[in-house]
Amino acid sequence: MQLLCGNGVGVSLIEVKNLSVIYGSRIALSKVDLKIEPGEIVTVVGPNGSGKTSLLRAIIGATSPAEGVVKLKPDIKIGYVPQRLNFNSSLPMTVKRFMQLTHKGGDKSAIMALEEVGVSSIMTQQMSQLSGGQFQRVLLARALINTPEILLLDEATQGLDQPGSAAFYRLVEDARQNTGCAVLMISHDLHVVMSASDRVICLNGHVCCAGTPEVVASAPEYKQLFGMVAERTLALYQHRHDHDHDHDHDISKSHADQ
Amino acid sequence: MLDDFMIRAGLAGIGLAFAAGPLGCFVVWRRMAYFGETISHAAILGVALSLMLQVSIFAGALVVALLIAWMVNLLSERGYAIDTLLGVLAHSSLAVGLVVVSFLSGIRIDLMAYLFGDILAVSRLDLFIIWGGALLVLILVVWRWSPLLTVTLNEDFSYASGFNPKREKLLITLLLGLIVAVAIKVVGVLLIVAMLIIPAAAARTLARTPETMAILAGIIGAVSAVVGLRAAFVLDTPAGPSIVCVAATFFLVLTIVGSFKSFQS
Repeated sequence: MQLLCGNGVGVSLIEVKNLSVIYGSRIALSKVDLKIEPGEIVTVVGPNGSGKTSLLRAIIGATSPAEGVVKLKPDIKIGYVPQRLNFNSSLPMTVKRFMQLTHKGGDKSAIMALEEVGVSSIMTQQMSQLSGGQFQRVLLARALINTPEILLLDEATQGLDQPGSAAFYRLVEDARQNTGCAVLMISHDLHVVMSASDRVICLNGHVCCAGTPEVVASAPEYKQLFGMVAERTLALYQHRHDHDHDHDHDISKSHADQ
Repeated sequence: MLDDFMIRAGLAGIGLAFAAGPLGCFVVWRRMAYFGETISHAAILGVALSLMLQVSIFAGALVVALLIAWMVNLLSERGYAIDTLLGVLAHSSLAVGLVVVSFLSGIRIDLMAYLFGDILAVSRLDLFIIWGGALLVLILVVWRWSPLLTVTLNEDFSYASGFNPKREKLLITLLLGLIVAVAIKVVGVLLIVAMLIIPAAAARTLARTPETMAILAGIIGAVSAVVGLRAAFVLDTPAGPSIVCVAATFFLVLTIVGSFKSFQS
């Protein structure tokens, strides 16, 4: 079942074919197809236990498929934004050092990446002392530092409030605008995330429905899966869509200054 | 120079500290203290077996420590309740070790030497083994530094950065096994974990990056070894415990100073 049309631009960044992931006796994913083309923002939504994380883990090679294949473009540069990192107070780490953890660039590239997400003033602070919003921005900046071809975001806004999440997703959109990277994110922030996406894939062990945000938001499978939340999302989505191109960054700034 | 037993003891302590400091940082960051205890307790079984089979103590302790380290790593991958498992392994291997030693009536064994170390009796060969083992640990930690740090932060993050977290985790456990075997002569199996954790914890208050913490941990451990040996000589106290006491004093003073400073700011 080939659900998603390619844009016909060169090689796909990621191609997932007939992917099944099984943990013990539990089937996390069954026969999932997915293709990510350069420059597009794709969001995977789904309830808890729908296999969103398994899909992402299969893509980064953290879990091996029981069936099917995950093909990455050769030498693809991935910028990965994890859900959380284990920064406890026993591990000292300045923001600057963290930015250079897997990237051997100078301070300049670190500053530039942090500026892009609006937190360049916290270079010398400890990672364990950042606020939730600052922390997620630093994670995003670190993923952007080596100019990735694709950003992978694993529930990147967990723990942020709705304005915080909205501001974060705008930064992701900006990053795509500025660098042309593709974005694959998984999320359960339905309403916030959908307006920022070119395509939405609704997952529940298998691909329920997929397409543009409008198509998915009005799909019966989607409504069935998310029920009441979906109703609200559709309303919010349509509402937000009217104002979508007004890129006001007040929220993000006030959040960064906290 | 190496003819003086105090010089040999000092060099043994410094060698151990330089490796135990950086490795100990990972023990602290990854909360593996009990893991270290288990491997070190298991080493006493290795000592007992090598006395029984009349092979090198170092070799016996090394084999058993590595075996236990590998086993615990394997079982934790499979999702066993790790805390209980460690408790069972730590104490049963210590108990079996002590029982085995009691059967060896032919030889008179001073078990205290293995429980608390006998750093003043370090021979040239011991010194060679300690520095060889310590250098190996240090080289591997430095070489795998970034992958080890990423796996400490998050396993999926490690995969996405192109590393294999399973391999890095196994490396940490095996290095712990190696350092335990190396340290038996210096501080003994009961105080090895102290040399891993206390200098690292003391260094934490001064450090702003993982690298400075690792280097400072090595230095604090080495200074503790030298000062502790000197104190043991002057005060006629047991050497291994004296070294640990000095390290603990470092921790206490630095922690108090550190919390005072953060209180001010």
